[in-house]
Amino acid sequence: MSTVTEIAFEEPVTPDERDAPPGVGIYALAWRRLRRNRVAMFFGFIFLLIVVMCLLAPVYASSIAHLGPDTEVLGPIKLGGGKTIYAINLVGVPIGPTWNFSHFFLGADENSRDIAVRLLYGGRNSLEIGTVAMLITMLFGTALGLIAGYFRGWMDQLISRVMDVIWAYPAVLLGITLGTVINIRGFLFLHSTTLMSTAFVVGFVYIPYIVRPVRAQVLGLREREFVDAARQQGLSSFRIMFGELLPNLSSTIVVFVPLILANAIILEAALDFLGAGVQPPTPAWGNMIQEGLQQFPGAFHAVLIPGLALVITIMSVNIFGDGVRDALDPRSKAAVRQVKD
Amino acid sequence: MARFITRRLITMVVLLFVISLVTFVLFVVALPGGNPAAMIAGRLANQAEVHLISVKYGFDKPIWVQYVKTMGNIFTGQAYSYQQGFNVVQEIRNGLPATLSLAIGAGVFWLLASIALGTLAAVRSGKYTDRVLTVLAMVGVSMPPFYLGALLIYFVGYKAGIIPLQGYVGITHPWQWFKHLVAPWFTLSVLFIGFYSRVLRSSILDTMGEDYVRTARAKGLSERRILVRHVLRLSLLPIISLWGLDIAQVIGGGAILTETVYNLHGVGQLAATAIGNFDTVTLLCVVMLTALAVVVFSALIDVLYAILDPRIRLG
Repeated sequence: MSTVTEIAFEEPVTPDERDAPPGVGIYALAWRRLRRNRVAMFFGFIFLLIVVMCLLAPVYASSIAHLGPDTEVLGPIKLGGGKTIYAINLVGVPIGPTWNFSHFFLGADENSRDIAVRLLYGGRNSLEIGTVAMLITMLFGTALGLIAGYFRGWMDQLISRVMDVIWAYPAVLLGITLGTVINIRGFLFLHSTTLMSTAFVVGFVYIPYIVRPVRAQVLGLREREFVDAARQQGLSSFRIMFGELLPNLSSTIVVFVPLILANAIILEAALDFLGAGVQPPTPAWGNMIQEGLQQFPGAFHAVLIPGLALVITIMSVNIFGDGVRDALDPRSKAAVRQVKD
Repeated sequence: MARFITRRLITMVVLLFVISLVTFVLFVVALPGGNPAAMIAGRLANQAEVHLISVKYGFDKPIWVQYVKTMGNIFTGQAYSYQQGFNVVQEIRNGLPATLSLAIGAGVFWLLASIALGTLAAVRSGKYTDRVLTVLAMVGVSMPPFYLGALLIYFVGYKAGIIPLQGYVGITHPWQWFKHLVAPWFTLSVLFIGFYSRVLRSSILDTMGEDYVRTARAKGLSERRILVRHVLRLSLLPIISLWGLDIAQVIGGGAILTETVYNLHGVGQLAATAIGNFDTVTLLCVVMLTALAVVVFSALIDVLYAILDPRIRLG
């Protein structure tokens, strides 16, 4: 690492860092604050628990329920104590929660599949899509914001105007438009049977939400002495952007990670619900709700349960994200307008 | 003022042009099979028939000619949906009453509710009320509208029988109209209230520290007067600009999820159906309506800004 970079790191970045005792970085400090925030820690833990449970979906499916996410059970199922149940009764109404951990714990859906198994698999898909979408948003949003803010001029104009156009579309409308097109026609390596197409659509929609704050911050940072110093040293624009400016943006970016993740999960569910996201029979929380509603009002547990999982997950991410924001930068007002609709 | 209006008009035309072009290209290039003529002709048509239709509708022309023709049709009200057969402009006109009723009712409700709750949270900041409101706001922003809608339809509509299950009834039957819209209003509002009340709360707390508020206090004004006349006037700015954009999007058919779950047959639902049918013309119209609403409302909001904050000048 060159001397310049070291000088750059001694530059006070945020007021918090100036207040910090010597030797304590902003992240160590933030972690201390976050640890004291019981509510945020609790919901962070809940989210972690949900992630672990969803990752264990194959274990539950193969060793406990002995059913796959797409297995339709038409014959009788023997519960303990000589009781026999059917996943779907004669008039086609699926069974509600049995609360029997290994047999239709949360009931069956209209296709006589085990909701508990589908819930875990669906959660895995929803979380996977949400995470990849968030990474795409952060990656492209940060890069574009850095380029727009650093080069200014026509590059900034171009990027900002393109972002304006994306922004002018309602998020859900843009999402279903892209999602439908990709599901039918495919785009590069994306097509209807890969989860990644939904992830790309969702990630793309949120890019402007990151470009704007990053660009605004870069516009301020690029006038600072450490950037001048780096330029004097003859560093390339690329190294200044990614070696000098990016570390200074890290706390802003970290603050946005959970907020974008929560939004990505909501938008993903909305696209599934409208049929433009994950295609059945692959489960995802959004399309489980949609499939459950087709049976309305017969089997409302098929709507209630995936929806509850969705709300709890989004809420944990939101509350934990709020905690992270308060811990990293108490004065920050970083917020992402939710997918209203 | 004239300069302001001119600039806004230019922005509007440019935005409408770009958005319509992007949507058109996205759909024409991506249309399944690449040939709308085959779709119109139906499954049993032979090559010659498809060719005939393709010439009749101009699908054999270059993309930009098709674009100009489609846009011309939209502006003269002669745009027909190739896939669904209806006159698109007429169809949007049919959907607008439901969408406008939804947007205006929900818009007024969520704005007033967030002002009330946000102010309450700010005044009681750090106390019990504030914490309860924080939790509620968190639940609100985490609630997907289609799920909240499903819950209300099931529990309030089906189980309790208080509200109808779905659909929209014209305002000529005021009571039925109201009953059909209460749940959609609430569903759409919850999402916004959670977010707006948080923004307003922090904005009020920031404004409280401003010099002019201290001056007002030093003059001996009552806390109530300071809050309403001095603090709120400035603190409302951020949520009013949010409100302008959000309500514009709802009017332009942005409330797709709420309209779909309650089956309101508004513009948003029209857009959702259009996308499912690869109906480019309908989608183009809806998207342009949205863009139009966004531009008009953001201009109105800028005017409102200047009224609320005398330091801002329109330019």
